[in-house]
Amino acid sequence: MTTITADHHGDHAHEHHDADHKPAFFQRWFMSTNHKDIGTLYLIFAIIAGIIGGGISGLMRAELAQPGIQYLQTWAQFSDGPNATMDQAYHLWNVLITAHGLIMVFFMVMPAMIGGFGNWFVPIMIGAPDMAFPRMNNISFWLLIPAFTLLLGSTFVPGGTGNGAGTGWTVYAPLSTSGSAGPAVDMAILSLHIAGASSILGAINFITTILNMRAPGMTLHKMPLFVWSVLVTAFLLLLALPVLAAAITMLLTDRNFGTTFYDAAGGGDPELYQHLFWFFGHPEVYIMILPGFGIVSQIVSTFSRKPVFGYLGMAYAMVAIGVVGFVVWAHHMFVTGMSVNVKMYFTAATMVIAVPTGIKIFSWIATIWGGSISYKTPMVWALGFIFLFTVGGVTGVVLANGGVDDVLHDTYYVVAHFHYVLSLGAVFGLFAGFYYWFPKMSGRMYNEFLGHLHFWVFFVGVNMLFFPMHFLGLSGMPRRYPDYPEAFAYWNKVASHGYEIMAAGMLIFFVNLIWSLVAGKKAEGNPWGEGATTLEWTLSSPPPFHQFETLPVID
Amino acid sequence: MRKVKSLVLAGLLAFAPALLLNGPVQAQENAAVAAPATGNETAAADSAAKAAAPAAAPAAPAEKVAAPPRMKPTPGIGMPMPGEITLQKQFSPTGHTARWLHDVMLLPIITIISIFVLALMLYVMIRFRQSANPTPSKTSHNTVIEVIWTVVPVVILLVIAVPSIGLLADQYKPAPKDALTVKVTGYQWYWGYEYPDNAIPEFVSNLLPRDKAEANGEPYLLAPDNRMVLPVGRPIKLIITGADVIHSFAVPSLWVKMDAVPGRLNEKTFTIEKPGVYYGQCSELCGARHGFMPIAIEALPPAQFDQWVLSQGGKPKGAGAATTAEAGAPAAVPAPNAKL
Repeated sequence: MTTITADHHGDHAHEHHDADHKPAFFQRWFMSTNHKDIGTLYLIFAIIAGIIGGGISGLMRAELAQPGIQYLQTWAQFSDGPNATMDQAYHLWNVLITAHGLIMVFFMVMPAMIGGFGNWFVPIMIGAPDMAFPRMNNISFWLLIPAFTLLLGSTFVPGGTGNGAGTGWTVYAPLSTSGSAGPAVDMAILSLHIAGASSILGAINFITTILNMRAPGMTLHKMPLFVWSVLVTAFLLLLALPVLAAAITMLLTDRNFGTTFYDAAGGGDPELYQHLFWFFGHPEVYIMILPGFGIVSQIVSTFSRKPVFGYLGMAYAMVAIGVVGFVVWAHHMFVTGMSVNVKMYFTAATMVIAVPTGIKIFSWIATIWGGSISYKTPMVWALGFIFLFTVGGVTGVVLANGGVDDVLHDTYYVVAHFHYVLSLGAVFGLFAGFYYWFPKMSGRMYNEFLGHLHFWVFFVGVNMLFFPMHFLGLSGMPRRYPDYPEAFAYWNKVASHGYEIMAAGMLIFFVNLIWSLVAGKKAEGNPWGEGATTLEWTLSSPPPFHQFETLPVID
Repeated sequence: MRKVKSLVLAGLLAFAPALLLNGPVQAQENAAVAAPATGNETAAADSAAKAAAPAAAPAAPAEKVAAPPRMKPTPGIGMPMPGEITLQKQFSPTGHTARWLHDVMLLPIITIISIFVLALMLYVMIRFRQSANPTPSKTSHNTVIEVIWTVVPVVILLVIAVPSIGLLADQYKPAPKDALTVKVTGYQWYWGYEYPDNAIPEFVSNLLPRDKAEANGEPYLLAPDNRMVLPVGRPIKLIITGADVIHSFAVPSLWVKMDAVPGRLNEKTFTIEKPGVYYGQCSELCGARHGFMPIAIEALPPAQFDQWVLSQGGKPKGAGAATTAEAGAPAAVPAPNAKL
């Protein structure tokens, strides 16, 4: 990437009047058309959803800490009344895993990555005053509120054996059709519809903004890699989400209007749902991780004080991951009884993804190579991301082998794999980005010591939490089980202790967050020095309410 | 009879989409074994078949044969072990190949890659820290190295892909003519096993309660009351389907996992090498008691297997066993394992 130097056509001169005129509270936060305010709303939303989703995983780790059912019966009394049966307690377990998955995917990672950081920094990084469709941006965010409300509300209405949707985040038919009577699953499906509509609108907005509103001189091949990552992500969203919408609409009609798209008794096929779902679902996992790639690229370059190594390779590796991501979906279905040729194809195609991913990993290391590293908190998180994502990536290569997957499918090995790429990949990317841009967004510095402490405690915690899951999976523990044979007790206990450490790390994060917002040192426009070359660092911290009223010119 | 024919045809048509996706192997199976698993048609076909062919009812009651004693599981065989960090010991030929692929190829390769990346990172993190290297270089391209880190992973993947594809071909080898067919049906929340080759109607397999499992010396949550009994050394062909929602029939120590999908007949072929008890658990979320429908395969030497078949009122191999699609009356449930 070429170093970008902005020409400050007097945007400082404008700061004092028009640029900083903020509307009144209600108008500013509830009727917002400002990309930075909407980004902030998205981040607040994601943090709240993250607390709920992370809390649910705490409940699950508590129950799994030892064999037997310890707490589910008590909890079921809250959701299903004082006379909750054992089956309702087991159903509650399925509600918990479903809620954890859906919340983390649709209401934590996606809003934070794309809605939060994307909204905040894509327009600034390309030198645009705002998003292309500011009002659509607003509705994108506000659609998430009813979506989240529907999902949380579904917990309190019947969903089959007990209250709540207990279908898993994949909502497979026929468990989600004939297998779950009651409105809970309908509510969860509608929640996905609305969240999906929100994301499609957001994707249209990002594509339009990036393709049409770049500042003079900001060619596609000069765009920061974070903008590239959001562009690729937006295309994935735009192409994948309508397929999900179609798939779950057919679920709704199967449930309520007597159609049989997914029912063999009426000429349908339950496997059709899985094909449609994963045609969306596989690109979805790249939707969650690609912005993280972009964030890490910015950070590694900034704190090594070196331009990104192999910029074009990095950008087109993301494009390649996006494209190939659309033709590998059935590796999620290796044990559904597909024919041998299909399985061979999806094995081979899936392995191909390792190549562009490898390019990215090595390019990050090469970016650091020869650099002059300052170990600020964001850099530490980015380095953690690179290694842990590698670990999650290589277990993906194992799972790609259809013949090997026969024994690992739907075991904790898969849980370990996708938590390494998401919980330790995407989430590390999120924290890296959060610390990196916190001074820019809030105008205050975070506490460096607490940031490092957060990293180390969290790093130890999540590895202790998720690494033993590889062992559990190899020895055969299936996913989505509230109870397990004695033999699995040891590593489950270790994992649950890992959760405690991770939770302590999160506590440090929130202390740091609140302390920094209240008493943090005032941040300069560019707190990171000469390595930070993208346009957001040419503005004040926080940036003026409207930036770039006169467009910057990129050399 | 015409009615039966048309019902079978209707059943086949109902399966048409499944057949199209599943290829010819399962198409044959469908014709041979299928009593379609989908609600109304099954019932209709069953009753029609019974009305039309009373002569096909089971022959004179077989002489009373005691079932072989319920086999004791061996710790470490066919079940997970406390603190285990590896795959379970394998007892089928494809299991050995697959485990070899994992243990000898994949695991070392991914470990080396992870350590290599970690070593590179540690090196750059120390060598290029600000105090050791105050002036950063401005290098941002090196075509040679970029080509290398594209081509080397491709080569590694090719090395993995060859045995991996071979393994798939192995796993999908069609069952030979003399294979023993067992039909597996997943229910909420138990398994049903039927032996059409031996004229043993479906019996069900439920979770063994904790007290009984412990009294029996069997692992709770892995042990069912009735096991699926199979012969050692003879190819087994499981025909797997679901009755209500999708379940998944899984036995890790035989490298077997296949979804039980309503309206589909999935096939899984394998051979068991040694007598023993091999445990597994449902592996596709199927509702409240998903975690409580265990699987156990008891593998017996062929002679003992025949004895078991007789004890169930079935016909051992070579005793004029015929396909008995109409024998699937789940109401009559014998206890396949004599004493609990």
